[in-house]
Amino acid sequence: MSMLLVQALNGLQFGVLLFLVAAGLSLVFGVMDLINLAHGVQYMLGAYVAATLGVWTGSFWLGALLALPVALLVGLALEWLVFRHLYRRDHLSQVLATFGVILTVEEATRALWGSAPQTVLEPTALTGGPLGGVEIVGGLLYPTYRLIIIGVGVVVPLLLWFLVERTRAGMLVRAGATHPAMVAALGVDIRRLFTVVFAFGAMLAGFAGALASPIFPVAPGMGDTVLILCFVVIVIGGVGSIRGAFIAALLVGLLDTIGRAMLPDALRLVLDPSAARQTGAALASMLVYIAMAGILFFRPAGLFPGARA
Amino acid sequence: MIGQLRTHSLPLAALLALAAAPFLGFGDGFALSLLARAMILGMAAVSLSLLIGGAGLVSLGHAAMMGVGAYTVVAFDAAGVSEGVIVFPAAIAAAALFALVTGAVSLRTSGVHFIMITLAFGQMAFFTASSFSSLGGDDGYTLYARTEWLGARILDNRLTFHFLCLALLALVWLGCSRLLASRFGRVLRAAKENPQRVLAVGFQPYPYRLVAYTLAGAVSGLAGALLANASEFVSPALLSWTRSGELMFMVILGGVGSLSGAILGALAIVLLEEWLSHLLVYWRLVFGPLLVLSVLFLHGGLIGVIPRTRAALRLLPWTRRNANA
Repeated sequence: MSMLLVQALNGLQFGVLLFLVAAGLSLVFGVMDLINLAHGVQYMLGAYVAATLGVWTGSFWLGALLALPVALLVGLALEWLVFRHLYRRDHLSQVLATFGVILTVEEATRALWGSAPQTVLEPTALTGGPLGGVEIVGGLLYPTYRLIIIGVGVVVPLLLWFLVERTRAGMLVRAGATHPAMVAALGVDIRRLFTVVFAFGAMLAGFAGALASPIFPVAPGMGDTVLILCFVVIVIGGVGSIRGAFIAALLVGLLDTIGRAMLPDALRLVLDPSAARQTGAALASMLVYIAMAGILFFRPAGLFPGARA
Repeated sequence: MIGQLRTHSLPLAALLALAAAPFLGFGDGFALSLLARAMILGMAAVSLSLLIGGAGLVSLGHAAMMGVGAYTVVAFDAAGVSEGVIVFPAAIAAAALFALVTGAVSLRTSGVHFIMITLAFGQMAFFTASSFSSLGGDDGYTLYARTEWLGARILDNRLTFHFLCLALLALVWLGCSRLLASRFGRVLRAAKENPQRVLAVGFQPYPYRLVAYTLAGAVSGLAGALLANASEFVSPALLSWTRSGELMFMVILGGVGSLSGAILGALAIVLLEEWLSHLLVYWRLVFGPLLVLSVLFLHGGLIGVIPRTRAALRLLPWTRRNANA
């Protein structure tokens, strides 16, 4: 039972990371109708920069903090170089051009850092000591750092909601998503708005990467897995809906983590051990996609259809 | 007929060059296996072009269909069956079935959703292939021998294999273009342009699209089975989503809306990759930006190069004077 609780917490925190990446992806798609495969690259760069700067400065937190402006700058640069020229193009061109960006940036990462996973400093408490764990049921210690990620998952969505629903900038973003021509006619520089939204999304993904760096291996290609799961999240949640992305991200995170942990054991009840391990592993990796297919079968536009279909 | 020849002059020249290649100094094992790979990927690219250019279905999971075909060959090999009369139809059927099932779900959506879902299903196939530990898992599986035909080992001869691939590529191209020109293809193309009107005329686009998707899957399954034979090795990398992206690049580079462009695209990309990876360690640092630049600036693809240069030539001052005279 406590095993299930631990896995549920792990799943929640994976869901939070997925949400941070998916939110930017969904925002960018909702506002400028751009499907950006290279969003996972921002996540990867966030992790790499946080790891390297962490080792440099001697503090994980400093590295993670410095990764934010770097992710922002990379986002701005990529927007200026490539994405700006894709807003008016069809989805096919967008997919291909951003795919080219992935190939380039991943290869550059390999050239700069090598193919081996990076060393990441362990996050410490503010006093400098080890972060340790928090006791959950029955004397079981759960790492505090992982709980902090779940905390981020509570704060960031609230902040995002406030930004989008309650501020002037958020109002422009919402208006720009549905009536870009009208917003431009009212004297708003829509290009600058696009750039800001894009850079903000890039920063969120970089933040997710920095947070993930002590938990997942920091290696080339780490962004691809997350990116594709984020697509599943967006498809399940409904394109352009932040609320949908949040719920779907937690759902996908939980399903994936618990499935991988529990299915091989659960199948052992009906199959012999080696067959159970193999089918369990195969089924667990398919679980998220099967769920997606099931949800789409009943709700083709996702759970929370956004402003744009 | 002359017009047909003219629009297809570039791909026809490419096919002729492929037929002549073994006798023009490209007959060694390395060159032949490279060309075979290009032709096989060309088949998959043509089938993807049928979906993207013909039906407007931007699938980013096409490598999975090829993977299903290749893994069927591997599964039969592991079970000790290497008879082509059984293996090839099974590979084609398996890929078609996979396309039918995933297509039935994916085609309920459109636009960006469709791109994301096909990508997700492709990734699902990738992870499934990686988890088959009896078929090598992540490490891949080396075939004991190439597939036989009625007990004869005809695929072992590289030259025979070369011409088999060439013939099949030509056949796939011919078949797909006949399909697009037929009444069936007209509904597909009309549904791409304007689904509402197609509905109003009394056609449901869904079954037409599903059939096209399944057929494209079957062709890719054939390509996958051939690819397994060409490299005598299959690994999950064959199904990776970067492979799907590459196939899509072949279609776009050749020119969307022209099936034969996909053949040119496949040839160009396979050869370019081979050349670059010999030249540089981090060759994708050149390949990636080339991809981006070709999307941003090369409208209409390689197939449009001839008419475009002709149009550009017409604008030159001395040719214009001729035209006026």
